[in-house]
Amino acid sequence: MMRNLELKSMLKTHKSAPALSELALAGADTNNTPLTQHKSKPDAFSHSAVQASQSVINIRDLSVHIGKKAVLTDINLEIMPGQVTALLGPNGAGKSTLLKSLCQEVALTSGEITLQNKPLAKWDRAELAKSLAVLPQHASLTFPFNVHEVVQMGLYPLTLNQQQGADLVDKQLEQVALSALKYRSYPTLSGGEKQRVQLARVLTQLAQAPSQPILFLDEPTSALDLAQQHRVLELAQSLAREQNYCVIVVLHDLNQACRYADRLVVLEQGEVVSDGAPYEALSAEVIEKVWHYKPTLVIDPKSNLPLIF
Amino acid sequence: MENQRWLWPCLLTTLVITSLLSVSIGPLQISPSTSFNAMVNWATGHQLAAIAPHEQLVINNVRLPRTLLALAVGATLAQCGAVMQGLFRNPLADPGIIGVSSGAALGAAICIVLFPQGSEYLVAFSAFFAGLITTLIVYRLASSPSGTSVVLLLLSGVAVAALAGAGIGVLTYMANDMALRDLTLWQMGSVAGAQWHYVVLSLIALALISWQFNKSAKALNALLLGEAEARHLGLDVDKLKLKLIILCAIGVGIAVAATGIIGFIGLVVPHLVRMMIGPDHRFLLPLSAMLGAAILVVADIGARSIVAPSELPVGLVTALLGAPFFIILLLKQRNKLV
Repeated sequence: MMRNLELKSMLKTHKSAPALSELALAGADTNNTPLTQHKSKPDAFSHSAVQASQSVINIRDLSVHIGKKAVLTDINLEIMPGQVTALLGPNGAGKSTLLKSLCQEVALTSGEITLQNKPLAKWDRAELAKSLAVLPQHASLTFPFNVHEVVQMGLYPLTLNQQQGADLVDKQLEQVALSALKYRSYPTLSGGEKQRVQLARVLTQLAQAPSQPILFLDEPTSALDLAQQHRVLELAQSLAREQNYCVIVVLHDLNQACRYADRLVVLEQGEVVSDGAPYEALSAEVIEKVWHYKPTLVIDPKSNLPLIF
Repeated sequence: MENQRWLWPCLLTTLVITSLLSVSIGPLQISPSTSFNAMVNWATGHQLAAIAPHEQLVINNVRLPRTLLALAVGATLAQCGAVMQGLFRNPLADPGIIGVSSGAALGAAICIVLFPQGSEYLVAFSAFFAGLITTLIVYRLASSPSGTSVVLLLLSGVAVAALAGAGIGVLTYMANDMALRDLTLWQMGSVAGAQWHYVVLSLIALALISWQFNKSAKALNALLLGEAEARHLGLDVDKLKLKLIILCAIGVGIAVAATGIIGFIGLVVPHLVRMMIGPDHRFLLPLSAMLGAAILVVADIGARSIVAPSELPVGLVTALLGAPFFIILLLKQRNKLV
């Protein structure tokens, strides 16, 4: 396996930790086209033929101040459909605020966000809900709804008759492998099951999206066990690749981000410090600079990809 | 789900039977069949059977308005309670507990004492307006991004009720004998001496809020996910909240103006219904209305039977039944409170 690795010159400053981008040169990612070191960003993004060249979300010169503190400064991003875009960064880097500004939960200090070339603020709320759904980090319900009743709430913006609605709910429950718990009371579920119920609800909401559905996942794996974490991210990946979803996910696990995202956006103190394909955007240098932690990199013998510890 | 199917006919039957009993029971005992005939006679003008004129008179002017008022107010309070619990995302919300009833009573009291010439409609309007202001104050005091905290909600209720109580106290001090009697009655709640114009007003209010609440039932369900989540589902959360608060204020305000403070119906009934059919507002609201109406009618029968020939204010009866229930709910919430 090691022979596949084309370990070029190590960076002078990080002798012990080769840059990830170099390790990835030979990375035979099963899904991604192999990355080459000098590929420009747009090329690095293109992994599928379905993908339109046009971005779905455009963030221009976005700054957000909360009180006097600048939480986000001059963010410029174009988010593509058919891709999983991961937002990474240490606590307080502005990931959640960026997600919130995309959801119109915080006021923009300056800049503009457009969605399908239309300013976000000009979207009709009900119309927007059909195209854009958000999986919250925690969702508590005050009263003991059943699992399928929670998923049913995702039907709110849709125009379906009762039978169509019920079928859709069943289908989404199946997709997150929760059909067996359809009539269980939501508060009695484990954290992971709750998260999957919410995911089913959010996917239900996007069932009638007029164009590319947009899905925001805010730390979707935080409450899940190992297998579930991978299952949820696999689902996100397949939604992006097969159904052209535009997925933005906030993650803490860099390995998961590298494995499931098509593009990584690394934030530090409200600024984008690195943006690109996995292993390209996350070099050992970047990790050390942003997280103040010197990573150990190991090559996974199975996938030939580097693992970050 | 199975529960739902039998709950509708069950409650409907209970409603009919309790109403019939309510019209029949009292110092002048009238047999249920006579009551039924008298009601048909009153409603259609069609005489089914010969009825003694004094019986017809008692039914027309005393029993029927009283029963209808209990039905309307019970249904209104139960629905407002259910909606407030959903709106505040808090199972302990109830118009009485969080001070909205006290606020409405203060509004009514101001009218009674300071504008004794004013019409009943002025009293109702004033109760509505004061109820609206109180609801908004309590909501503001208790709100946080994650809903309303139980502690804050109860404390704001205490504070608002204390303030309203002080206001009513001042008015009591100023009031003449006539107004004093009214005021005392107000704070205990009673459907005795129901007047037809209040019955009509309450029924109109009930129709209005039932219609509008029912239209908002799905949105209320979504609101229980959290405000941000409801927004992401395309809900205009602020508009919905304002609409529901105004409707609750109308419902509670008119109920208080017509009967005084009747506590715990709004707390107990939605919980009982939720236990049977779950929290889906599409079914919770109409079934709460039916159960609330039935319970208030039964409580009113109790109020005039327990110490007959004298009479208890029905507010005392509901408090006697409801307060222990409230304590049980508090015990269940205890770990959340600390």
